[in-house]
Amino acid sequence: MADIVLDKVTKRYPDGAVAVRDVDLEIADGEFVILVGPSGCGKSTTLNMIAGLEDITSGELRIGGQRVNERAPKDRDIAMVFQSYALYPHLTVRENMAFPLRLAKVDKETVRRKVEEAARVLDLTQHLDRRPANLSGGQRQRVAMGRAIVRNPKAFLMDEPLSNLDAKLRVQMRTEVSRLQRKLGTTTVYVTHDQTEAMTLGDRVVVMRAGVVQQVGSPQFLYDHPANLFVAGFIGSPAMNFLPATLEEGVLRSPLGDITVTDRVRRLLTDAGAPREVIMGVRPEHFEDAALVDEQSLARGVVYRGQVDVLESMGSDKYAYFSVEGERARSAELEELAADAGVADLSSSGVGTVVTRLSAASAAREGERVEVFFDPDKVQLFDPNSGRNLTYAGD
Amino acid sequence: MALTGGADTTARKAKWWFVNAVVVVYALVPVLWIASLSFKTKETINDGNFVPREWTLENYRAIFGTSEFVRALVNSIGIALIATAIAVVLGTMAAYAIARLDFPGKRALVGVSLLIAMFPQVSLVSPLFEMERGLGLFDTWPGLILPYITFALPLAIYTLSAFFREIPWELEKAAKMDGATPAQAFLKVIAPLAAPGVFTTAILVFIFCWNDFLFAISLTSTERSRTVPAALSFFTGSSQFEDPTGTICAAAVVITVPIILFVLFFQRRIVAGLTSGAVKG
Ligand SMILES: Nc1ncnc2c1ncn2[C@@H]1O[C@H](COP(=O)(O)OP(=O)(O)OP(=O)(O)O)[C@@H](O)[C@H]1O
Ligand SMILES: [Mg+2]
Repeated sequence: MADIVLDKVTKRYPDGAVAVRDVDLEIADGEFVILVGPSGCGKSTTLNMIAGLEDITSGELRIGGQRVNERAPKDRDIAMVFQSYALYPHLTVRENMAFPLRLAKVDKETVRRKVEEAARVLDLTQHLDRRPANLSGGQRQRVAMGRAIVRNPKAFLMDEPLSNLDAKLRVQMRTEVSRLQRKLGTTTVYVTHDQTEAMTLGDRVVVMRAGVVQQVGSPQFLYDHPANLFVAGFIGSPAMNFLPATLEEGVLRSPLGDITVTDRVRRLLTDAGAPREVIMGVRPEHFEDAALVDEQSLARGVVYRGQVDVLESMGSDKYAYFSVEGERARSAELEELAADAGVADLSSSGVGTVVTRLSAASAAREGERVEVFFDPDKVQLFDPNSGRNLTYAGD
Repeated sequence: MALTGGADTTARKAKWWFVNAVVVVYALVPVLWIASLSFKTKETINDGNFVPREWTLENYRAIFGTSEFVRALVNSIGIALIATAIAVVLGTMAAYAIARLDFPGKRALVGVSLLIAMFPQVSLVSPLFEMERGLGLFDTWPGLILPYITFALPLAIYTLSAFFREIPWELEKAAKMDGATPAQAFLKVIAPLAAPGVFTTAILVFIFCWNDFLFAISLTSTERSRTVPAALSFFTGSSQFEDPTGTICAAAVVITVPIILFVLFFQRRIVAGLTSGAVKG
């Protein structure tokens, strides 16, 4: 077990493309760190550099305090779980899991004991003598995990290990991975595309965009205090609503109405040197049906009255969609997020949409007008040009 | 069309069956005819019967009785095996590099090997003849093995690189992560998976060398290195005045049978994809 330090690590591919730029990251011993970001942002490249499968163009990688830039993967003592599992098709499950131990010249009896121990933990005992081709997706996934854990490596690297599983199995394996990591306490770097995996699995989340780290922090911190538009839009599901707004003498003029800026926010804005034109962001879950909010809160908050375009009832709560007047908020980061989510076509329709999550008790109906309440203190404001969070309260 | 009537399907099947039958008959009749001739006696050889009226093994006894044929058979087997082994080893290395590495001149290499495969061999016979005489390779085993390797290599490289491309790249990465050196990764993971491909290629190359007539007839002059296809054309029968048809046919059957057996026997192994199950699929 060991800590992993990336010190200004950069990767430039031979064709000139810079996949990863100046990444600084300190992963503590035993920590579970998640790398997230849209497709092509350099997550796999970063992981492969830690693994030793890709050369580091510049910067330094230290594992357990030692520089390992020049070390071959086999000398780094790190195990990796691949998205495709990469099981050896000509070997049985037992031989697959024993492979790293046999290469390490561990004696037969120990190999047998360790493989059987891992198989027991992963519930693979009855499949030990089968070949990968005859296993289900979930079982193959567990064999891949087994091959990684048998030799107690210094760290685990996982590249979207669950993305080939169906939704139900993914949830099950997610808890499995979490349980296993907690039990073994091995430093883990986990790459994913998936919101839920990023939020639930890791001690810390690293959000990347185009090869650059945007923000590092605990899932809750990133949710509460996104450093910029990109992180704000990436973390949270459904995504944060973004609307253009104007700051005028302590009042925020927005499509949701005029909002008096609270003292706390005013101070942050002054410190950040906020421009007049801003982008405001409100999370869907910070809205509530005004009819269900007590008088006291109502008095402190903002009420928006609009017609519900679409209402989705999830049982536990309801999602109400509104079209608001005026343009959508525009910024390069938002376009990129939309493209990654596959909703780029939405950006062509100029109208702003707002998604709100209301309690199941709400009486909102499709096509009817309804009043929704939100707390102005939960509103985040961003600089449309740099994407910087103007209300960022972190350090 | 998803909704094809039963009658329609039957008619179509019958049509395909008929076409296939015609093709197979067209291809097989001459072969069977040769086989039939090889079992006929001298007296009945010209009777035009498809099935011999009198069966005999005399022709086979005759060819194995002559040193000419036995020597040619030894030459054929030896030369084809050596050429195959060398071509497959070189081809494996080249194909692995082509499938897995990006190096300058890769396209040129592939282009040149394609060019060699397309080159009309007959135009090379005279220069080769002269060169081999000059180098003292004429009428020797290496004199045939060398051109065989040259012309079999493109075939080997193509077949093998197709097989190598099928092997998931990630398996090699996984092996490296599991602590293997590059050599161990190749020997323990890539080689076992490539084995069916290497085997298939070896069979194809062997057949190519085994069947060659052009080089065999032009670059040999004595029993020292003459292979069976060339030796066949020198058959005279047991006496000067005898018609050699029966013995030639017997020899032809002897060299055809191993190929047929090869193909029948290894067909399934060749087709079976060992790589299934390596990745999610
Ligand atoms: N071998 C390569 N040569 C050149 N460019 C590459 C190579 N591999 C990746 N890239 C580029 O580097 C960037 C990062 O790729 P990477 O595979 O790390 O992305 P990723 O974040 O893992 O994406 P995904 O979520 O789709 O797996 C991409 O823009 C990609 O085009
Ligand atoms: Mg990737």
